[in-house]
Amino acid sequence: MKRKLSSILPICLAIAALAIAAASHLSAEGPGVYALRDARIVRVSGPVIEHGTILVRDGLIEAVGDNITPPADAWVVDCKGLTVYPGLVDALSNWGLTNTPATTAAPAAGGRGGGRAQAAIVATPNATATVVITSTPARGPEDRPSNVAYNKAADQLFPTDRNIESARNGGYTAAVTFATGNIFAGQGSVISLAGERAGDMVIVPSVGQMITLGGGRGGGGGGGYPGSLMGSIAYIRQIYLDADHYKLAKSIYEKHPQGLPRPAYDRTLEGVIATDRVLLPAERSVEIERMIAFAKEMKMNAVLYGGHEAWRDTDLLKKTNTPILVSLKYPVKAADSDPALDEPLRTLELREKAPTAAGALAKAGVKFAFYSDGVSTPRDLMRAVKKAIDAGLSPADAIRALTLSPAEIFGVDNRLGSIDKGKIADLVVVDGDIFAGAKVKYVFVDGNKFEPPDEPAGGGRGGRGGATIPGLNQGGSAQ
Amino acid sequence: MKRLALLTFISTVAFAADAPVLIQNATILTITNGTVKGSILLQDGKIAAIGDKVMAPAGAVVIDGAGKYVMPGIIDCHSHIMAEAINEGSVSVSSMVGIPDVLNPEDIAIYRALAGGVTSANILHGSANSIGGKTIVMKMRWGKDAEEMKFEGAMPGIKFALGENPKRAGQAAGRGGGGGAAPGTGGRYPATRMGVEDVIREAFNDAVAYKANWDLYNAKAAKGDVAIPPARDLKLEPLVEVLEGKRLVHAHCYRQDEILMLLHVADDYHFKIRTLQHVLEGYKVAKEIQERGTGASTFSDWWAYKIEANDAIPYNAAILVRKGVLTSLNSDDAELMRHLDKEAAKTVKYGGLTETEALSLITINPAKQLMIDKKVGSLEVGKDADVLLYDGHPLSNFSKVTKVWIDGHEYFDLDKDVEGRPAKESEKKALITKAAAEQRANGGGRGGMNNATGLATTPQGVPQQ
Repeated sequence: MKRKLSSILPICLAIAALAIAAASHLSAEGPGVYALRDARIVRVSGPVIEHGTILVRDGLIEAVGDNITPPADAWVVDCKGLTVYPGLVDALSNWGLTNTPATTAAPAAGGRGGGRAQAAIVATPNATATVVITSTPARGPEDRPSNVAYNKAADQLFPTDRNIESARNGGYTAAVTFATGNIFAGQGSVISLAGERAGDMVIVPSVGQMITLGGGRGGGGGGGYPGSLMGSIAYIRQIYLDADHYKLAKSIYEKHPQGLPRPAYDRTLEGVIATDRVLLPAERSVEIERMIAFAKEMKMNAVLYGGHEAWRDTDLLKKTNTPILVSLKYPVKAADSDPALDEPLRTLELREKAPTAAGALAKAGVKFAFYSDGVSTPRDLMRAVKKAIDAGLSPADAIRALTLSPAEIFGVDNRLGSIDKGKIADLVVVDGDIFAGAKVKYVFVDGNKFEPPDEPAGGGRGGRGGATIPGLNQGGSAQ
Repeated sequence: MKRLALLTFISTVAFAADAPVLIQNATILTITNGTVKGSILLQDGKIAAIGDKVMAPAGAVVIDGAGKYVMPGIIDCHSHIMAEAINEGSVSVSSMVGIPDVLNPEDIAIYRALAGGVTSANILHGSANSIGGKTIVMKMRWGKDAEEMKFEGAMPGIKFALGENPKRAGQAAGRGGGGGAAPGTGGRYPATRMGVEDVIREAFNDAVAYKANWDLYNAKAAKGDVAIPPARDLKLEPLVEVLEGKRLVHAHCYRQDEILMLLHVADDYHFKIRTLQHVLEGYKVAKEIQERGTGASTFSDWWAYKIEANDAIPYNAAILVRKGVLTSLNSDDAELMRHLDKEAAKTVKYGGLTETEALSLITINPAKQLMIDKKVGSLEVGKDADVLLYDGHPLSNFSKVTKVWIDGHEYFDLDKDVEGRPAKESEKKALITKAAAEQRANGGGRGGMNNATGLATTPQGVPQQ
């Protein structure tokens, strides 16, 4: 009996796994015609419609309003008691870039903060864009070290990345995804968080060049140039000067090909000039001021990312009209730090006030958006947003920072980020307040309807507050 | 912009126009014009008057200076505070990098330097490279941002380095320190003092060629010929500025042979070494240094901390002064920076400098070396009101700086500092208590998003024995 069971069990498991796999594929219903009826509609671009209908056709929003009769060919989705928001956009992401197997996703280590205080930039496991390590140490900028400016996230997508589904189930429908790991880490792309093929997912292939500073290459004679923060900044400056010269030399040569030496082709500089938007790391106030000054000097169209101390620089950000992406991974005391460690007041304050940054930026009228920064579960992301709301950010500004603002910052607000006629039908339907733990009922990506699976009761990520610690409790009871 | 109020209560008044300050009945050490028993008036950022009797203008803050001493703010010709990177050790010539790119105006060492009376400092790149990065002169305007702390109009500089440090990176396998070679890499050129000279000469050969290339292009462009301009080279541009006398060279050195080598290289390429830094064997070649108008910025009595410092003597500064070399004492260290006055005092003991000569080593002389002496370095009417108030003679071990003004604005006050400490302590305690409470409320370890690591060290996670 026992033996029989043990031989059947694997087969049962296999069938179950297949069924789950099939279900997850089938959970997307085709891009037909949908009428989301009787919904509370948070358009973001305009006032909330308390009882309205959204008409979705062929992947786009055909109509939105409180006086729409669903056409005969529409699947009517009854949204009574439900709220519809624009699909959430992760303003700076690595979703879609990892070939993560469909098991528990490890939270990405490291992160994108700038400065020495941050951990080294760590490439996510299996990420396509790995750190460029040359066999001989770079002698200077001319060797183009740590530079993959020519890479595009759009060319490196894994539609099967487990992060895509997990984010989508939490209400995210698009991401501005960038590789990291090099000083010039490559061009980022706006992608839809659904699609069979990589090409289907790309909304805009190139929306900016990612610059990272700080971690990575150690100093010292053997490590190659650049080996310091100072060297990295000087390197970036030289590359942008080289790019300007490259453009100039090419244009002069085009006009006078006879009698002038031919400028050498440079794929790195081609990558640099492919987009004029530059993402610069700026976590602390000192870094924000430094990067704003640098961007001004280089006449860059800069977007800063990090932003936990941005509450101190709202005036400067506003004055210079610099958008900033605020990380949803707040600084915390390292769990394994010395309990007797006497931390400076400054460090304590940075931690205490990080969640106030978003509210301060909103109040000052600075353009900002939230980004995941390696936090991969939407529930944790929403919890972090809630923390910002508790610290003074209005819920309306919070949803904007997750939808229309990232779309504006990356120049795709004409097609994404709000519930308006003609925009991409990216929607999230929840049974309450999205920041108060409401359940996501449906997600529409490019007009395709997804129903997130019910979360396993009591399991998974634990209840709110994280009072239960799976595994550890089990271990305790096993004693 | 206004910085953290908690960092500096002083910043709350940083932008109000400063009331005039009149210090009366004090001993005023002007450095350049003897000692005055009387008053000094700071007004509109400048020293407005010095004399036996100075009338207090309306609204002036009057300070009784009886028994107290007033002297110019200390100038440190060699410091690395407020720099978030010191060495670009990967290459022998790192003139493309610069300290101005990595300034941290919130480095607590600034405030502590103020407490020791330093009002201006030359912030240098490290000494891992034969030709290092660009340098900058800063005023210790604690509470301001990096841009606002820059010494207006000061000449930019560049760091050179000779001897052990730049050649160490060239020696095989992991000697550590400034750009020590990684194991197995074989290191970077140069590995000897000969190599250091070669690297510097080659770099200036490149700079000369680079300039010629631009001159050629400019001539073509002036004639109206079609030409593609040369690409800008951020490594060579500062060296061209050195050749044109637009950038000061501050050269780290120890031994007399390497000092002579560099002076001869500079002769060959027709530029000046503005200061020799450390220059512990300078006393052996004082004549050669003096003939070229080169300055020396040295230590008081630090020696034998490395092989090339073995021949150092505490009489170095005094001998250099007596031989007519423009000499200063520097710190090269955030801690030493806080008592440069006491370093200066040592030259009275070793070498018998007068008190004024000793104080000149940390005021007017470094000001001249950095070419900022028109504005700072002595107490003279019209100069910047960078002024220190001491509770005793600055060269005494028992004296403390009690107040510091820069541009007539008070940036340090000993009494206010002491008074402010309990408030900061309680603010800190409150934050710690709050964070701990939040952590408990979150079930321990769930406070932030750091869940993966947060769980492992909660009390439940500790194996019970």
